[in-house]
Amino acid sequence: MKNNNNLKAHLFLQTMKFRLTLCIRNLNAFAGALALLILLVSGRALAQTAPPFSNDMFMDNKTFTFLIFDRLEYSSINGPDPLVLDAQGWIGKDFHKFWFKIEGDAQTTEKEGEMEIQGLYSRGISSYFDFQAGLRYDMSYNAKDNNSRGFAVIGIQGLAPYLFEVDGSVQFSQDGDISASFEGELDLLVTQRIIAQPRFTTNLALQEVEEWGVGSGINDIQLGFRLRYEIRREFAPYIGISWNRQLGQTADLAREEGGEASNFGLVGGVRMWF
Amino acid sequence: MKKEKGRNKISRRTFIGYTASLGAVAGMSTILPPYAFAGFNERDILEPSGVDNVLDLTISEFPIEIDGKKTTAIGINGSVPGPLIRLKEGEDVLLRVTNNLDEDTSIHWHGILLPFNMDGVPGVSFEGIKPGETFEYKYPVEQNGTYWYHSHSGLQEQLGHYGPMIIDPAGKDPVEYDREYPVILGDWTFESPYKVLAKLKKQDGYYNYQQRTLGEFFKDAKEDGFGKAMKDYLAFGKMRMSATDLADITGEAYTYLMNGRGPDSNWNALFKKGEKIRLRFINAATASQFDVRIPGLKMTVVQADGQNVKPITIDEFRIGIAETYDVIVEPKEEKPFTIFAESMDRSGYARGTLAPRDGMEAAVPELRPRPKRSMKDMGMKMDMAGMDMDGNMDNMEGMDHGNMNMDHGNMNHGDMMMPVKVADPVEHGPDRHGIGAAAIADYQFDRLDEPGIGLGNDGRKVLVYRDLKSLKPNIDEREPQRDVELHLTGNMERYMWSFDGKQFYEVDGPIEFKHNERLRLTLVNDTMMEHPIHLHGMWMEMENGNGIYNPRKHTLLLQPAQRISARVTPLDKGPWAFHCHILYHMDMGMFRVVKVVDKLTEV
Repeated sequence: MKNNNNLKAHLFLQTMKFRLTLCIRNLNAFAGALALLILLVSGRALAQTAPPFSNDMFMDNKTFTFLIFDRLEYSSINGPDPLVLDAQGWIGKDFHKFWFKIEGDAQTTEKEGEMEIQGLYSRGISSYFDFQAGLRYDMSYNAKDNNSRGFAVIGIQGLAPYLFEVDGSVQFSQDGDISASFEGELDLLVTQRIIAQPRFTTNLALQEVEEWGVGSGINDIQLGFRLRYEIRREFAPYIGISWNRQLGQTADLAREEGGEASNFGLVGGVRMWF
Repeated sequence: MKKEKGRNKISRRTFIGYTASLGAVAGMSTILPPYAFAGFNERDILEPSGVDNVLDLTISEFPIEIDGKKTTAIGINGSVPGPLIRLKEGEDVLLRVTNNLDEDTSIHWHGILLPFNMDGVPGVSFEGIKPGETFEYKYPVEQNGTYWYHSHSGLQEQLGHYGPMIIDPAGKDPVEYDREYPVILGDWTFESPYKVLAKLKKQDGYYNYQQRTLGEFFKDAKEDGFGKAMKDYLAFGKMRMSATDLADITGEAYTYLMNGRGPDSNWNALFKKGEKIRLRFINAATASQFDVRIPGLKMTVVQADGQNVKPITIDEFRIGIAETYDVIVEPKEEKPFTIFAESMDRSGYARGTLAPRDGMEAAVPELRPRPKRSMKDMGMKMDMAGMDMDGNMDNMEGMDHGNMNMDHGNMNHGDMMMPVKVADPVEHGPDRHGIGAAAIADYQFDRLDEPGIGLGNDGRKVLVYRDLKSLKPNIDEREPQRDVELHLTGNMERYMWSFDGKQFYEVDGPIEFKHNERLRLTLVNDTMMEHPIHLHGMWMEMENGNGIYNPRKHTLLLQPAQRISARVTPLDKGPWAFHCHILYHMDMGMFRVVKVVDKLTEV
């Protein structure tokens, strides 16, 4: 009903407009010679004005968001059988983003776990790389106590030649300890939907931090190989293997705690993004 | 008066009404334009009427079916594509466009030369059409040929907001034909185009399910030798490029359309044996280039981008987004022929049937294997012997070809047409266009004799840009007085697109063209994808070596690492849009405003 009225009103307006056009036509007849003159002088864009120049017409400066759970997995490592969460995401524009990263694990056999959270400003510095700076906060808990510490972080993340996804950062803890992390992974297409992903992680520290089980030097090396099946691009269950080797002082500290310096396990999980 | 005369005039073409077949399909759907059914004839065409030559169009949202699947479109007069608008050269028209959407809309008349404020680009030529409003487009029609029209607002074009526009010549049509059909190619996604864009932003290869795999590597290693295959894969890896980056959006998301119909719905074009049929191909897709052929029939190209060209007979042609090609076919047998439009990345096709009776179909060809990018596409000089030879041979052929035509021109037009030998390849300058450009073409190639990736290697004669020769000589015989060079740039990984490394939002003013000047516009494709570049409001006379017969184009499809130049005479003052016609590239910043001014601003 309302639509009908709108239509009627609209038709009425159209008719009026049409009459007005006719009216203007008659007027124009008088001004014909003048119009012709203007036409000859100024081309056919008669005294028409264009909207002022604007570069804000498209989505080329729009804010987008991304959230990925790269690893949401269960490991069958002898003893602890940890659940692992490795997620990150961003909100922002092409070269300016707020980037956050969460990485944590919790053991299923004992009350023990840890989690690190980072909030970073991410600035595009090349076609493929972002410089990142911000804060990181680590938390850990076990049967005995809880622990936490904060860091300032700077790093570089992006796509390296030969299509390696890399992420390297240096952390300065609230106590003045300096450490660094590096992560690299590569997607190898076995088929269009089965994707093999070798993964390499390492951590190193300048100072020993005993309460965090960190020795000075190279702390550990982790090698992983995961095979995922992309049911959709956004959702891919996977299986794989993971080998973690702690080194030097860090290994000693682990052994003192009654743990293993080397772990090998099967992993299974899901990778998903939004 | 004039109009009435036109109406009653008995066309020399014989239109045969297939009313029976119309009836058979009429119940099926009301959402396809009438010409999408068999037997398109004069009754199905929207022509202006009344003293003011008025034609009314309404933009709205409505449900449609694509190959039996229900979905929602935004379109013109309730159909996808919109109605066939038929105008006559030399008339003034008044096109009233009413917006029944709850968002702004617009119609841009693609390829039509008109006053800038009638061009229909919101933010450039006018303010757009607000919900509930009617905008009156009024302009003199001073050209003829096959054109089209579409939204220039948001991503509406992806949702079906496009249609064909045919302008009949004031005089005799140099093209002879008995029957004609518009063949409008499109791509349809059941996903929201905004979601499509967001996905591309997050993962550039999201829709590409034809990437190189380990299996393909071993196959290549077996065929070309391990070393060579490894070298090729590493070269792409080193550049962080994909050799299979042929289309951002593929058959994974798209159903390819011919006159609004998916391949399963088989659009029919009826013919009688011995007739000359004019097929007016329009690529109204938003992100798909097509390779068109009709197995069993030769096609004679008679028009490109609405401009008549010297007839050239071919087996196949590539049609870039927004381009139009008119071809004549003459089926000598009473049997169906498939009109096959394969997407450039071979992930799908649109098809229809040229049939003597309604409901017939012919064999549908297999999709050809997906081609892969070469070093040349990455703007490198090739050291792979085979490819290098191919490249050089092409260029040499081109040279001969060009010179021959030049001579021809010289004979007719005196010394206007001194062939200028252009270096090929041209080396890229020192400006690498900043971080918005992931790559540059160190070497830029002429490529006018190359039909494009995946074509020309199977014995078919494929149209190349060099083949296009205007039927009539161009009027402006002046040599270019000024050069404007623009580079097509982008970053597939971040999904950013730009000119000279700058997205549109980073630009603070228009590119100025001087009124009436003779200008050489050079376009360089620094990316390794094809980009159909469209200049509004004026012709680009593509410098393809045909001198005074260089073809006039509104859209130039640039191949990767290609360098193309065109002569331009800006006649209509005001601001004009200039952009890549891949809708998503335009929206991600591959856009500029060209302003035709009396006096260039000093810099």
